[in-house]
This record gives sequence, C-alpha cells and structure tokens, in this order.
Amino acid sequence: MIFPGGLGEPVAGRPKLEMMAYLDHAATTPMLPAALDAYVAAARELGNPSSLHAAGRGARRLVEESRERIAAALGARPSEVVFTGGGTEADNLAAKGIFWARREADPRLRRVVASAVEHHAVLDAVEWLGRHEEAEVTLQPVDGFGRVDPDGFAELIRAHGDEIAVVSVQWANNEVGTIQPVADLAAIAAAAGVPFHTDAVQAVGQTPVDFAASGAAALTLTGHKVGGPVGVGALLLGRDVPCTPLLHGGGQERDVRSGTLDTPGVVAFATAVEAAVAEREEYTVRVAALRDDLVQRVRAAIPEAILNGDPESRLPGNAHFSFPGCEGDALLLLLDAQGVYCSTGSACSAGVAQPSHVLLAMGADDGRARSSLRFSLGHDSTKADVDALMVALPGAVERARRAGAWKTPR
Amino acid sequence: MSGGVDSAVAAARARDAGHDVTGVHLALARNPQTFRTGARGCCTLEDSRDARRAADVIGIPFYVWDMAEEFHDSVVDDFVNEYAAGRTPNPCLRCNEKIKFAAVLDRAVALGFDAVVTGHHARLGADGLLRRSVDLPKDQSYVLAVLTRQQLDRAIFPLGDSTKERVRAEAAERGLAVADKPDSHDICFISDGDTRGFLESRLGSAPGDIVDGRTGERLGTHNGAYGFTIGQRKGLDLRVPAADGRPRYVLSITPVSNTVTVGPREDLLVDVVSADRPIWHDPASEVDCEVQLRAHGEVVGASVSVTGDALVATLRSPARGVAAGQAIVAYRPDPDGDIVLGSATIAEGIRSDAGALVAEQAATRA
Repeated sequence: MIFPGGLGEPVAGRPKLEMMAYLDHAATTPMLPAALDAYVAAARELGNPSSLHAAGRGARRLVEESRERIAAALGARPSEVVFTGGGTEADNLAAKGIFWARREADPRLRRVVASAVEHHAVLDAVEWLGRHEEAEVTLQPVDGFGRVDPDGFAELIRAHGDEIAVVSVQWANNEVGTIQPVADLAAIAAAAGVPFHTDAVQAVGQTPVDFAASGAAALTLTGHKVGGPVGVGALLLGRDVPCTPLLHGGGQERDVRSGTLDTPGVVAFATAVEAAVAEREEYTVRVAALRDDLVQRVRAAIPEAILNGDPESRLPGNAHFSFPGCEGDALLLLLDAQGVYCSTGSACSAGVAQPSHVLLAMGADDGRARSSLRFSLGHDSTKADVDALMVALPGAVERARRAGAWKTPR
Repeated sequence: MSGGVDSAVAAARARDAGHDVTGVHLALARNPQTFRTGARGCCTLEDSRDARRAADVIGIPFYVWDMAEEFHDSVVDDFVNEYAAGRTPNPCLRCNEKIKFAAVLDRAVALGFDAVVTGHHARLGADGLLRRSVDLPKDQSYVLAVLTRQQLDRAIFPLGDSTKERVRAEAAERGLAVADKPDSHDICFISDGDTRGFLESRLGSAPGDIVDGRTGERLGTHNGAYGFTIGQRKGLDLRVPAADGRPRYVLSITPVSNTVTVGPREDLLVDVVSADRPIWHDPASEVDCEVQLRAHGEVVGASVSVTGDALVATLRSPARGVAAGQAIVAYRPDPDGDIVLGSATIAEGIRSDAGALVAEQAATRA
C-alpha cells in the first residue's frame, strides 16, 4: 500500500518525520535512568540468591534490600512481597492460588468475584476457573464511568459472602483510567472474611497506594509500568492469606512461587518503585495538568469526541476518547504514520481488534467501543508530545471518518 | 500480505521503488482457529506472524485488518450460494473483486493511500493494460480480469515480470524467511480441502437423481447436486456401466429438479459460450481473440461480442467442461504478454449445429 506519494511518482528519500510523540505509557514506560543503572550494575555481579556461599549471599542481600524498599514504598511488610515474572503472573497467582487454597480448606467456597472491567490477566484467569475448576464466576458490573458500586458490592457479599473464595477488583483501569473505591470495597470484603485482591499495575506511582491501609489481602504490581524492567513484578500477599502455588519447584518465594530470582530485575524494579512513589505527588500535578491540557485541546479540536472514564477519579496520565464515526484502528494507523504512538487499548487476537470489554461493560455500544483511543502520558511526557498529537489528530479523525463511510468511485 | 512469499517480495519491490508502503494482513476468519492450520492457507495466526516478520525485515509498518465479515458475506456465502444454484464459483476471483480491490482498497484510499500492491503474478504496466505474467504456469491474470478500470488504476502488481522461481530466489536474497514456504493451492476457508463436505455442512444433504443425458435413464443417486462440477468424472459412483463401456462425465446440473445429468465425453463439447456481467476494457465490442474458460484452463480461439450486459463467444474449436459461474476471460495474444480484453461470468455453454457436427465426429472417432 502506498502512502501518500503519487502513482508512478516514487517518492524516493521522502524524509521521515522527525516528530515522535509517545503517548502509550500505560502499555510500557521508559526505564528510569537510575533503574537501568541499577540493573546493569547488578547484572555484572555473580550469584544465585539461593546459594549459600558469599556470591549467593551477595545476590540474596540485593534481593532482600529490594524487597524491603518495595515494602516500605507501598505500606507492606517485606515478608508480604512475593516476586513474580510480572503482573500477569501475580494476577494469576492471586486469583487461582487463593481460590484453590480456600476451596481446599472449605469446599463450599466455590465462588469467584471479579469486576467486569478487569485486565485479561484477571478476567481470563477467573473464567478459566469457571471452565476448569467448577468455580461460580460472578462479574460485578460497573457504572458508566467504569466504577464498581460499593453498595452493589456489599449486597453481593451479603448474599454470597459465605461461598466466595476470592474477590478481585483492580485499583485503576488500564484502558479508561478510572480509579476504583478500593478501600471501601476491601473493607466490605474484609468484614465478611473474604480475601480481596487488587490489580494495582496501573496505580502504583500514579495514585497513593498503601497495602496495609487499603485493607486488601493481595495486590499486584509490575516493573515496566513504573520505570523498571519488563518481566519482573510482585504480588503483595498478606501473611495469613492462603495461596496455592502456580509454579512448583525450589519454593524460593515463601513456597508460593518457585524459580531462581532475577536479581538485577528485582533491584531495578525496586529502584523504579521507590522513585515512582517518592516522586508521585510532583508527578501527579505535572502530568495531570498536561493531560487536562490534552483533553481540553482534543475537545476543542474535535467537539464530538467523548471522554471515557471517570472525569474526576482517574489516573493522572490517562485520556481515553471515543471518536464517533471513526475506527480506533484507522486512527491508530494514521497517527502512527505521523509518529504519534497511542493505543486502542483493546485486546488483540491475531492482531485483530475486538471491541473493548471495558467500554462494553460501561454501557457503550459496539460502535463507540470500536471508535476509541487511549492516550497515556508518563514521566518523560512534555507539552511537545501533546502539540504533536494536536497537529496530527484532526486530520486523522477526518480521514478515519471518511474511511468508515466512503467507497472508491468505480 | 498473506504471509506468503509473493506478497512479501511485492511489498519489498514497492518499497524499493520509493513508495511509502504499509503492510496489511487480512484476517478473514471469524474465528482464527477455525480456518486451516499450517502454512498452506492464507488465514491463520501463523500466516499473520509470517507476514509481520516479512514486514519487519522489509522495514515497513504492518497492521492486521479484520475483513472477516466482508469476506464471509461476499466470498464464502457467495461460494455456497453459487454451488446451491448449480454453478461453479471461483472464490479467489470473488475475493479480488469484492475484498482486495474493493473493501481493502476503499478503506486504504479513504485513509490516504494511493494504491493496493499485491503479489499476484500478472503484469500491469504504464500502458494500463493487464497482461499475463512471464511465468505462464503461475499466471493469475484470469482471477484479476474481473477488475474494473477504476480498480486497475489503483492496483500495482510488481511480480509480473518475474518467474516464481526468481521471486523465491529474491526472497532468500532479501532474508525473508517465507522464501521456501509452500504455495497455497486450496480454498483458504475450507480447512481440510474437502469442498463437498464443506458444502454439505452448509447446505445439508439433498439426495437426487443422476440421469443419462441421452436416454433420460436414471443411473443412480447423489447426496446433493452442489457436490458436482461440469466436466467432473470422478466420484459419480455409478453402478450401471455405460452401454459402450466408456467413462461418463457431468454434463449439467439442474438445481430445480436436483438432477445431475451425465454422458460421454464428447457431449461436454460446446462451441458457444454465453456470459453475463461483462467487464470490458477493449474499445472494440466485437473482437477475434482467445478465451480462457477456467483457471489454468486451455485457451481457445473465439470471436467475442459484447452488448450491454451480455457477452457471447463463438469458439473456433469446441471446448469441454464449460461451467456456469466460472469466468470467461478474453485475451489478445501479444509478445509482451497476452493482454486481457475483458471478462464475464459464464451463464451457459451451448452447442450450435456446427458444434454438434464436431461432437458427432468425435463420437465416431471414439
């Protein structure tokens, strides 16, 4: 396919656009220099943290210091930090592991509750339990902003609390950025003795996250959303929360998770978590202002754009719009060609976009769900990124709208 | 980019020509798992991955476009409906007509692209004429002849001057992993290659009679007339041998009475072909030329006349196995590649009096 030269007129050496605006920090964000330095330094060192000799002890020390730093940053005890291979593993461990352990102890505990807007790492794990482990799955609905209503949740707990093995409600939504009333929900679950897991992958460093104060029994976080490396994350798991391992082996992490620990990854992860939490207040003020500017300018340029998600209680870097009449895919392609990187935020199968389950759960119709685009800002975002978006977006919207309804004359 | 070698090299050549190229893979299955697995088709996850890797190596952006609904409506349903109506469709031709150079082209043009590049083996040069590939056994002009002038004006076929062998060698030189990938031959949406089984699952079992075309005698039964194609010899499963002991062929399919009519080989001969929905490029509406009556089929001399919505070809020597639903494509022989003059959808093959005489002679010889 040719873009946008002319037929029979090859545009050799057409200059590549210099401009590049990365507006997809919710997918992954650049590593912080300090985290990268810490990674490289630790990667030069030899030693398996499970070995008993001096080299092993050196690695173990790095791991345990990292565990303490993460615990301190997030209001957890060091023993509550279970390192994993990332957010997906931590979510699976919480959903499946707590379900298995609780049901084994009491066969009546067969129900699993998750919000309808969970990330697939939770949603698919829960649905798998329904298909293969005879779990009763309850997907708790959300309102038009994507929020789980605490009163409705309390009703569910009242009706089914004595059969619920585990509840999972994310701290903040990865697509539309809505922050859930996690403390309220966790308190309701805790009062009924139901373990409450929260996927806080998008929340850490973006909004205050304190594990102890939240009342949650388990909490997922991951490195690459906070300026650390990909492939390392953690489940904060209360010491009294029963959990059956997913991975069996050396039992390195509290006998709940096996596998040789990735020492440099863990060190870089801790460095990033510590920095993200320490800088959170300044970050929130700066990035939210940039985001508000983005939202206001998008609305001014494209008045029919719909801002999705909670207008108040949302992640500072998240702006999520539906552009009526456009396909999100087409917009993404057009913006990509102009060096503006964003996301449709929806799940892919063979690269084919499905309408977002999050937007559908929020009551959007198929068309609005397919017309959506997520812009997510991060620690290195600047006004120039928003400027670049605003140069490219109006034309892209106009073109994508035509692509939805236009036929080549023939 | 199907994930095959041809579209990969076509994309690379277009990029080398200085165009700003974006790779697009079409997802055509409603459920990607339901179509064929393995490397032979064009709709699998593996093929999508192969296409993506080729785009990476070439250095162009790559996207998957979901055309499953359009493909199902325009190609798969049409395929089933055509068989149900006693005709023999060509789904690759329909896909070019309705998907690649319609749904895809429309979307691309609206998004600001100028043309669709494909890895078809056909030539389309500066003169705007569609011609056969230099590689005659691989030539695909037959399934492209359905394209209108407007569609051709936005089509680029960079492979027409190369043999398939040369394309494979070039893919290897370019470091494209698909260089050795086997060609796809079968219908991409029939995963096990069992067309009759596929049709039966869609159309159900519809038993009917197989009758002798000359005597009207009932020779056997079938499970669905859609399972037969004109000219077919195998799979008739007739218990009653022909009087002369010679093989019998499907002569016609009559959906209304659900009858399959069979007869000797010479009864397949027709010398006049009537067709409808012509796409005609040549300024003259009456031409002496060559016609091809099915994909990879023989070419016969003919005089063709096009009037309004009809095309009639009078063949200079009778042809066999002329099936309604297939395309008749008219070519003018040319040293730079035979030129496509136009095409139409075959309505029926007819035997004129002159043709009947030839058939009689053939029978006598037999």
